[in-house]
Amino acid sequence: MSEPLLAVDRLSRSFGTLVVLAGLDLSVAAGGIHAIIGPNGAGKTTFFNLVTGALSPDSGRIRFGGSDIGHLPAYRRTALGICRTFQNIRLFGSMTALENVLLGLHCRTRGGLLAPLLDVPFRRSSGEVAARARAVAVLEMVGLAAKAHQSAVELSYGEQRRLEIARALASAPRLLLLDEPSAGMNPQETLELEALITQVNRRGVTILLIEHKMSLVMKVSKIVTVLNFGQKIAEAAPAEIQRDPRVIEAYLGS
Amino acid sequence: MLSDHTVSILIFAGIDVIMALSFYLPASAGQLSAGQGGFMALGAYASAYLTVRHGTPFPLALAAGALVGGLVGLAVGFPALRLRGLYLVLVTFGFGEMVRVLFLNAPAFGGPVGFAGIPPATTIWHVLGVLAILVYFFTRVSGSRMGRAFAALRDDEAAAEAMGVNSTYVKLVAFATGGVIAGLGGGLYAHYTLFIDPEAFGVGRSLFVMLYAVFGGLASFWGAVAGATILSVLPELLRWVKDWREILYGLLVLIMMLVRPQGLLDAALLARLSARDERAAARG
Repeated sequence: MSEPLLAVDRLSRSFGTLVVLAGLDLSVAAGGIHAIIGPNGAGKTTFFNLVTGALSPDSGRIRFGGSDIGHLPAYRRTALGICRTFQNIRLFGSMTALENVLLGLHCRTRGGLLAPLLDVPFRRSSGEVAARARAVAVLEMVGLAAKAHQSAVELSYGEQRRLEIARALASAPRLLLLDEPSAGMNPQETLELEALITQVNRRGVTILLIEHKMSLVMKVSKIVTVLNFGQKIAEAAPAEIQRDPRVIEAYLGS
Repeated sequence: MLSDHTVSILIFAGIDVIMALSFYLPASAGQLSAGQGGFMALGAYASAYLTVRHGTPFPLALAAGALVGGLVGLAVGFPALRLRGLYLVLVTFGFGEMVRVLFLNAPAFGGPVGFAGIPPATTIWHVLGVLAILVYFFTRVSGSRMGRAFAALRDDEAAAEAMGVNSTYVKLVAFATGGVIAGLGGGLYAHYTLFIDPEAFGVGRSLFVMLYAVFGGLASFWGAVAGATILSVLPELLRWVKDWREILYGLLVLIMMLVRPQGLLDAALLARLSARDERAAARG
């Protein structure tokens, strides 16, 4: 078997006396859609925070594309190809939809504070023109091109979730972490999201998906990992997971 | 022709605008500084020392003052990396006081007596020239990669980091550039007043600089320009009330901040002003 894109080894993290992750081992194969489910407080979002570098682990290793990234700051991991969306939407409120996506291009573009002074006066630089074209293309992909110049916070809830995905996609990730992307979406929006996730994955982006809507998980994912109390309690194809007694117990209680 | 008095009002207003912009730049990246007076002092003393003691040409001395402001801005930026909001305000405030006390106890710079005999060099054209460059700079930056990184850091630092922004680097650049601009303001000030003492750059100065930018609104650098221009010319317009001038000034600021806490130029107003440009850009 080829090396996994992401592999975490005995990953642990506590907050005070609360153990949120207790020696988690998890591998994500390149190219698939891998769902992570589990009851509230199982450690799913903390796992995302550790992988993206928002938090440091107490112990354990995080390997991405074969190299250890556990010590890297968040922005370096983004440059390596890991990007995420947030469970509680965290768009840049003072910016338009287009500017949010342009920010996602930050690590794929160049230019410091003085760069704009060296360009042709009163015209957008060629780099900026190219970046805007790329950003518009990403907005088109998520169906928000018509709202490019609207303030991000004026968009509907479902649109904001799609914009978060667009912003993350702009950073050209190899691994995209989606933290409950369908939260607060109506059934129609959820269907559109399902199509979008599949489409992004077909373009070669590996997806790690935290999700509570089982219908969505069962339809898009190839493999499902179930967390409970910071540990992996099951991992299998979606159809098997539904029948697993340990999973049923974790969700329904005993 | 403008009278000398009018020119003097314009020069001081111009320097106030430069100082407000020096506050606005780090503020646009979410870094609030209550120590811009300290950077101004460094620019003023450094450039004046060069012209007086070494006969350095004015433009060169001005550049040196800006450089000193920038380097010290970088140094102040490091401890500021771990601080946010009110704590950052207090640390930068402490920095401003430190600079003031430093010059108060430096005989080479005149100490409490002040530093006199600075050659007159600053003209209205120098001030307008620097302002023109700064306005051009800010116009270009606001729609650029770094300008967006500043705004992202101000909106949500953790999200900015997650999207690939090196927040450490961006904050240091913001602090250093704010220091450069304040240093320039200090150099222009020193070569117009021809005499400087530490008290000119104390807490009062830093707070007024902050007030100018906040009064004008932090949604755009135009807010700093408008706020500083209005508030530094206002005392002249209030001459007719004589003794009541400062009270009326304070009252007007108070009323304005109660009615428009977001400042004179807020996002909604700016959007209306630039709506035509945006639509044209969307088509083109």
